[in-house]
Amino acid sequence: MIPLEHVILLSAVLFGIGIVGVVTRRNLIVVLMSIELMLNAVNLAFVGFNRMWPGAPGQNALDGQVFVLMVITVAAAEVAVGLGIVISMFRNRDSVDIEEVSLLKW
Amino acid sequence: MSAQQVLFYGFAAFAVISALGMVLNVRNTVAAALSLVVTMVALAGIYVLLEAHLVAAIQVMVYGGAIVVLFLFVVMLLNLRSDDFQPGRARLQKLAGALIGIALLAQIVRSSVDLPALPPVPPGFGGYRQLGIALYTDYVLLVEVASLLLTAAIVGALILAKRKID
Repeated sequence: MIPLEHVILLSAVLFGIGIVGVVTRRNLIVVLMSIELMLNAVNLAFVGFNRMWPGAPGQNALDGQVFVLMVITVAAAEVAVGLGIVISMFRNRDSVDIEEVSLLKW
Repeated sequence: MSAQQVLFYGFAAFAVISALGMVLNVRNTVAAALSLVVTMVALAGIYVLLEAHLVAAIQVMVYGGAIVVLFLFVVMLLNLRSDDFQPGRARLQKLAGALIGIALLAQIVRSSVDLPALPPVPPGFGGYRQLGIALYTDYVLLVEVASLLLTAAIVGALILAKRKID
């Protein structure tokens, strides 16, 4: 049997790698990929906890997996809009460096 | 160590190594996208081990297929051969990122000790039938809202990527 602690640990490690990618990388496309990685880490935690509490005998409690499907939906929408923003930014600035769009930066 | 555990640790190693490869690869955006595929497929394998069969199939189709293809398409469209952004200006950000990551990891390690072993699953758990029943009875409103969201995203992406707004 897989220990749930290790599933959650893997999820945390992937989420941490995603955070590092979002904070340190300057290529907007890789930043979006890192956000995808973080969403996947959350999905893994949902699936792990759903496996931990699968419902009473005779009935399935699949709330975690339903939520994972919703997260995947939102991620797909987010990627479509995000890549649209990447394209329009590249058209305006001729670059995908996030340092180029620092107008709202403190 | 059972076969399940061997597979789990193997997939976990694949996922972590390729995720690191994606984040740390500063030369080639295409290689980063392909590393993302490896992470997604390894995670799909872990979902199968955790009895989430339909979610694993959707993971491979949506993430491994559609989303990464979309990324590669944009890289191709923008003709980004390499992202040679000179590093060095973002040292503080790198430090902050590493600190946030380590703090989160430490918190989760500290708070997730001594969980009970995984219980046996009921029959049909995670299959398309049970998940479909859950989606179209208890969560039917969520499905409708998701369809609305996807429609809005399609229209928004089209408007954003259009050359000129008339």
